[in-house]
Amino acid sequence: MKLHEYQAKRIFATFGIPVPRGIVAASPKHAKLAYTKLKTLCRARTRFSCNVKAQIHAGGRGKAGGVLVASSAKEAQTCATRLLGTRLVTHQTSPSGLPVHRVLLDERVAVTQELYMAITVDRFCAVPVVLASQRGGVDIETVAQEAPRAIVQDTIDPFVGLMPFQARRLAEALGLSGDLATTSSELFLAMWRCFLSSDAQLVEINPLVETSDGRLLALDAKVVLDDNGLVRHPELARLRDKSQEHPLEFRASRIGVSYVGLDGTIGCLVNGAGLAMATNDIIKLYDGQPANFLDVGGGANIEQVTGAFKILLADQRVSAILVNIFGGIMRCDWIAQGLLNATKGLSVTAPIVVRLAGTNVQEARQLLANTTLPMTMANDLADAAQQVVKFAKRT
Amino acid sequence: MSILVNKDTRALVQGITGEAGSFHTQKMLEYGTKIVAGVTPGRGGTRVHGVPVFDSVRKAVEATGATASCVFVPAPFAFDAILEAVEAGLSLLVVITEGIPTLDMVRIRRKIQGTPVRIIGPNCPGVTTPDECKLGIMPGYIHRRGPIGVLSRSGTLTYDAVWQLTQAGLGQSTCIGIGGDAVLGSSFVDLLPLFQEDPETEAGVLIGEIGGTEEEEAARFIRAHMTKPVFAFVAGRLAPKEKRMGHAGAIVSGGRGTALEKIEALKAAGVTIIESPAAIGKTVAAALGRSASVLRRNPSSV
Repeated sequence: MKLHEYQAKRIFATFGIPVPRGIVAASPKHAKLAYTKLKTLCRARTRFSCNVKAQIHAGGRGKAGGVLVASSAKEAQTCATRLLGTRLVTHQTSPSGLPVHRVLLDERVAVTQELYMAITVDRFCAVPVVLASQRGGVDIETVAQEAPRAIVQDTIDPFVGLMPFQARRLAEALGLSGDLATTSSELFLAMWRCFLSSDAQLVEINPLVETSDGRLLALDAKVVLDDNGLVRHPELARLRDKSQEHPLEFRASRIGVSYVGLDGTIGCLVNGAGLAMATNDIIKLYDGQPANFLDVGGGANIEQVTGAFKILLADQRVSAILVNIFGGIMRCDWIAQGLLNATKGLSVTAPIVVRLAGTNVQEARQLLANTTLPMTMANDLADAAQQVVKFAKRT
Repeated sequence: MSILVNKDTRALVQGITGEAGSFHTQKMLEYGTKIVAGVTPGRGGTRVHGVPVFDSVRKAVEATGATASCVFVPAPFAFDAILEAVEAGLSLLVVITEGIPTLDMVRIRRKIQGTPVRIIGPNCPGVTTPDECKLGIMPGYIHRRGPIGVLSRSGTLTYDAVWQLTQAGLGQSTCIGIGGDAVLGSSFVDLLPLFQEDPETEAGVLIGEIGGTEEEEAARFIRAHMTKPVFAFVAGRLAPKEKRMGHAGAIVSGGRGTALEKIEALKAAGVTIIESPAAIGKTVAAALGRSASVLRRNPSSV
């Protein structure tokens, strides 16, 4: 689960990680007030400039015009008006971008150097890893490609935690000495405590800056939480921003199914993530375009299938539907019943191609035999994919 | 490949009194698996489908000699249940549970380092040696005994693949679903050696998907150590890129987790890539129909 920059900074602050002073605003009026408040907070007497940063679940905001500068309360309001309510498209978003519902106003600082630090999990080796680099403020993957030795890594024992001697070594790798070395050591330890106690998947500061007055500051903050860990952290789970997800994704998650919006016109309903991805793959193989990935789960019940189907029907772009179910524990006749329930009383115009295999497939076929729905039973997955692509092309 | 489980494997079910544990215990018994005990703290002395329930794994092992466990314990309690099973000396854990926090699995992996216990999963459909033993939730009827070893990260896609192989006349030596989570008990590379050593397994089928570096690591192993032909289908060529993990994750793992990268790595290792998920059975059958010796590989010959 992704968090916004302002949420990540708040969390970092509770662990003693220094962040720029800032206030979040959800309307231009609030942005105007926030500017004045921030100016006071920063004890600025005369000219005061602050950043006005669009809060979206993606990077690349600066280059996309999502980070503005305001030098007066009025300007702050104007900046907020320009950003709020729009969709920001960056190189990390889809072409339709993400909606901006909040802006973060924070103080600008004079920077001497930009550094990088992060903690994540090496999934294959099953160990937390801390990363540090003197090349902050740029895309870290580019650094990894062009100058891999510029990134220092160390593993963290999950039971012992990040040790002070490791943190000192990382501070040295950042090229810091004296007080700054001590401060940055503490920062690494604080990042580990943050990572561990929130069941994070990633905590990252890029850039971590050395200011001209000799402080370290997390100019940008990124926190991604482990979805599986959220059950342990209900207060963090509440930070979820559904506006940053496809609208149907949220509706799907409420009924316990997994949905990802794609760009095409063929709606898919499948049980199992791997099978759902493979279904999207085979549609593409036959030159079709899936409208979504939808996994009702290996053990979905009739209600979930009904709800999932309704989600597909609610998608205006969908011109044909492919249902691919391998019934193991899930019975095919339940799927059939779910389809019938979902479409009861509705006039469904999108042709539905159904491929069922596994438990109770004969019962399922019987249930669907007399439906008035525009439904075709496919013999196998290849046949199903070819049929649905044909239908979609016609519409 | 009856190295993991066979007709003599005595298994217990942790979480046997829960809905999933109870339902699947019955299905496993129907398949012929020797479920000799169940464990649910506080429910010792009762029976589920005739299977005696114990309060602890240790008590269950003392009473029944079980050596394996199938874990259905809900995610918040699974860490504890797994460590309990490890401490009790079980040699195989098949963890069905979905939703175990990643850091719990990180801790478990650290804890079992240097011990002989093998953990499959979590978030996996289980392990089946056809006609002998099924530990998990996959439907039994899709399997038949034969020469193909199946290793998969998926659930229902595995069933589809196994069913296709069965219908193509290609039975399976063992099918292992390694699980869909980020951190797993066993990787492809931990299990591929078992395929290679097993006299019954003539070829391997790998079912991969986006995310992580399982397939890339498997490719390295296959290239260096496997002589038996391997076929692979990797799901998710279409998955949108922004759904992947953070950039730091990519740096740490050395791969961006895209299907194409995995396919390229596997191809370079001499693995036959199956293009369509509907053609898994057909592709393997056609390839093995040709002279098997043509397909024999020498390690590092590619």
